[in-house]
Amino acid sequence: MTATAGAALPGHAHADDRSFVRKYVFSTDHKIIGIQFLFLSLFFLLVGGLLAMGIRWQLGFPGQPMPLGGWLPQGVAPGGVVAPKTYIGLVTMHGTFMIFFAVMPLLVGVFANYLIPLKIGAPDMAFPRLNMWSFWLMIPSGLLMTASLFVLGGSAVAGWTVYAPLSNVPDYTGVHLGQQLWCVSIVIFGASSLLGSVNYITTVINLRAPGMTWFRLPLSVWALFITAVLAVLAVPVLAGAVIMLLFDQTIGTHFYLPAGGGQPLMWQHLFWFFGHPEVYILILPAMGIASDVIANGARKPIFGYASMVWAMVAIAFLGFVVWGHHMFQSGMNPTLASAFMVSTIVIAVPSAIKVFNWLGTLWRGSIHFTTPMLNALAFVSMFIIGGLSGIFMASTPVDMYIHGTYFIVAHIHYVLFGGSLFAIYAGIYFWFPKMFGKQLDERLGKVHFALTFVFYNLTFFPMHILGVGGEMRRIYDPTVYEYLRPMQPINVFITVSAFLLFTSQLVMAWNIVRTLARGKQADLNPWRDCGLEWTVASPPPHGNFATTPTVYHGPYEYSVPGAAEDFIPVNQPPAQVAETRR
Amino acid sequence: MTAHAAAAPREVAPQGSVGVHTQKLGMWVFLVSEVMFFTALIGSYIILRWGTNAEWPEPRTVLAIPVTALNTFILICSSVSMVKAYAAATRDDQAGLRKWLLLTVLGGATFVTVQAFEYHHLIEKGFLPSSGLFGAAFYTMTGFHGFHVTCGVLSMIWVTIRAFRGKYAGGKFQGIETIGLYWHFVDLVWIILFTIVYLI
Amino acid sequence: MHWWFPGNASSVGGKVDSLFYVILYITGAVFVLVEATLLVFLVRYRKRSGRTATYVEGSTRAEIIWTSIPAVILVSLAFVSQPLWSKIKDSDTYPRDATHLGLEAKQFEWHVTYPGPDGKLGTDDDFMKRDSIHLVVDRDYVLEMTSRDVVHSFFVPAFRLKQDIVPGMDIKLWVKPTLTGTFELACSELCGLGHYRMRGVVIVHTPADYAAWLVSQGEATPADSAAAASNSGMGTP
Repeated sequence: MTATAGAALPGHAHADDRSFVRKYVFSTDHKIIGIQFLFLSLFFLLVGGLLAMGIRWQLGFPGQPMPLGGWLPQGVAPGGVVAPKTYIGLVTMHGTFMIFFAVMPLLVGVFANYLIPLKIGAPDMAFPRLNMWSFWLMIPSGLLMTASLFVLGGSAVAGWTVYAPLSNVPDYTGVHLGQQLWCVSIVIFGASSLLGSVNYITTVINLRAPGMTWFRLPLSVWALFITAVLAVLAVPVLAGAVIMLLFDQTIGTHFYLPAGGGQPLMWQHLFWFFGHPEVYILILPAMGIASDVIANGARKPIFGYASMVWAMVAIAFLGFVVWGHHMFQSGMNPTLASAFMVSTIVIAVPSAIKVFNWLGTLWRGSIHFTTPMLNALAFVSMFIIGGLSGIFMASTPVDMYIHGTYFIVAHIHYVLFGGSLFAIYAGIYFWFPKMFGKQLDERLGKVHFALTFVFYNLTFFPMHILGVGGEMRRIYDPTVYEYLRPMQPINVFITVSAFLLFTSQLVMAWNIVRTLARGKQADLNPWRDCGLEWTVASPPPHGNFATTPTVYHGPYEYSVPGAAEDFIPVNQPPAQVAETRR
Repeated sequence: MTAHAAAAPREVAPQGSVGVHTQKLGMWVFLVSEVMFFTALIGSYIILRWGTNAEWPEPRTVLAIPVTALNTFILICSSVSMVKAYAAATRDDQAGLRKWLLLTVLGGATFVTVQAFEYHHLIEKGFLPSSGLFGAAFYTMTGFHGFHVTCGVLSMIWVTIRAFRGKYAGGKFQGIETIGLYWHFVDLVWIILFTIVYLI
Repeated sequence: MHWWFPGNASSVGGKVDSLFYVILYITGAVFVLVEATLLVFLVRYRKRSGRTATYVEGSTRAEIIWTSIPAVILVSLAFVSQPLWSKIKDSDTYPRDATHLGLEAKQFEWHVTYPGPDGKLGTDDDFMKRDSIHLVVDRDYVLEMTSRDVVHSFFVPAFRLKQDIVPGMDIKLWVKPTLTGTFELACSELCGLGHYRMRGVVIVHTPADYAAWLVSQGEATPADSAAAASNSGMGTP
């Protein structure tokens, strides 16, 4: 049953007579849910950043009392000095909060929820009530994770990677409840993620408006769709692994305990089977957002659209057969490791293809340096560095040296901050006017961008040097080692840069607060973008479209020769376009 | 129109959809995630049992195979009654639908009850989750399966109540197919578990 | 240089470093090329009045070129890395006449077991030292590593060697030091609260110095060691 243009299918936008609670609190509207995710995740981004400040203080000034450290309990920071147990708690929880409660919800919870129905011409997600649950499950999950910081025995201290047997035998660390709460929180998080993914996949497959064929989907939607597929396949494996870990801690099983015949290495295999697709979950949506913003900012179609799609599919598929590269030095069979080396090296190819296609998009473009565009360009240039550094660790002999050092920390942060976070910022600046009806101040935006870009590089680039010098990760006090002492000035430099980086984010926070409080009404389509979301009000009404749109064009019809404007909205009827060609 | 909370059009087949009803598609996606969850557990079992030299008792010396075989048969029968329920729904045979749904609920509830008795018996015998790797794996795998069947039974009861209220009459039987998918999945997982954990 | 690799002190370190530098030059060149292209494009194609963007959808030829060239470079890298990896990690390739030392990692110490005068591990004349591994330069050793509790990782930056030690597994690592001196050993897998201070030292001796060390530890008489010191490379220190 196919629908003819426009008229046959009624839209669903209409006056809204629900109560405040049903409209803004327990809302089933994907746009409200996306905004709820936005505020929740920005809060946890702050928490993750604060934890990082604690880490950096100790690394820069080991054994020195921290500013405001006197406020912390004596067990956590005697005399205001971070204790060793506190330090590895900071390290563990920084990674945990940033990955699960900041970056994932920012990329997926915000942008998948907000953009997918709007960009495909649907009134909402396929299962709006499940979608609401997806957000509200994040609340107990986040509460439990936050609570784990304050319980007796302290927070989890085994890293975000939670290797057994360190994590499942309380005697090894003195942590009981903290690690158990971590596990329960993650299982609930998994359920939230799953409900979201079921929605995103079903919605993209079944609710596209007439004319919105697969190869007319914007790359942001493709990326979010592929990410959801990754999540459906990978997150349940984490849930299974974590549940077995929880059972080891609580009901006396020995899945990962050698004493009972269990296998610590099995934890690593299960965790990384999830963990590797997870990092692609953390980068693919960023790539999609960057593509949308760059095409818009350069006033050109994305170069090689089909290649971009297939590259993402290849990355997703290959992402399931590279997990062993996190375990090269684990004692796994060296031949198996070599097989993983090959697959890991191969997966660099589609990522390279994407970078070249972004460059191709800029070539012969007309580049507008707006705040979103600057952030998207930073994404590309920083992702290049992060990707290239990955090649060092793909080579198993070189990995032998740099595994577990700050070289890895540099790589992680170049792809997660330099990559994902800059793309998130691009997305926030870009879609803020549509979400809230007010546009963030451009000048403040550029100041925020410039400060962030500079301090970010000053913070994380030197970590490559620390790694080559042999500084290990998760070390409370590098000065214990003679060979690390000469590099301590680098640690101090990084710490100061990190503080400045953290402080710079206040500019964006201030911009958001000020704009929401007294910004003026934004234009309907301030970026002159082709997407469907820009054809409706800011913010769009409940139900999105008065009548279901019909799509006639690809997603990036910018600077089409002969057209009156330098962009053609995807739902502009051809007759209208043809007229402008005269 | 105040139905906007559930307003996403389900019956409409817009551009290029794969021709699968939205509710059914959602269930399929959910079932894929469940497959991955059980794969993690079953994969771990296989590694622990056959990939290491850990101590492992012969399952039949610990578990009651005949009772569980009968229980398996009951669960399979409930899948058959589910098929019949769906067939009745497509014919708009509401009486048949209600009958077969009730039998499905009965089959599922019986399965869970017998499993609960089994657990009780095993625990009394001293076979616990802490009883070696076999104990750990046995309780984890069958426990999560039992949890999934329980959720299935509760959902089935709710669907049965709705059937008695005529919610699936007049061609609106999509919900029956959707829950049927879940039910058959749970049955299939059990057949795999029974084979790997009990029989081999 | 203190802000870079420590000096290489093992038989494989030179090759690991070479591989690192090959990758560094290639990625460095790519980095400069790609980022420079990006910057040039940003300047050259910035918005200017009187100029619009050129509507281009793509180029299959470009796609083929920039897919195949990286693919060839990257796959070659895998082939180059493989032999060295096998040599370091595949215990089937280890020298048969290597001296075996036991290394038990535990929170937060390294317990090193030496085979004693009979040259065999697991016999009564073995002796254990904490946190220091004494080796003779240019000799082959195989460390037989176990963990008493959690996952640790044996990392000697000067040797460019790293090997995780997983409890429940017997892990072997071949080591052949090529420089005398004292080199630090670090645990490089988070192993608990004291992970940061799980430090050890590897002391590489000349044969004569090693013999003297044995005597000083009371593990050999001067006569034993004098005889042993004149041996060249077979098992017994």
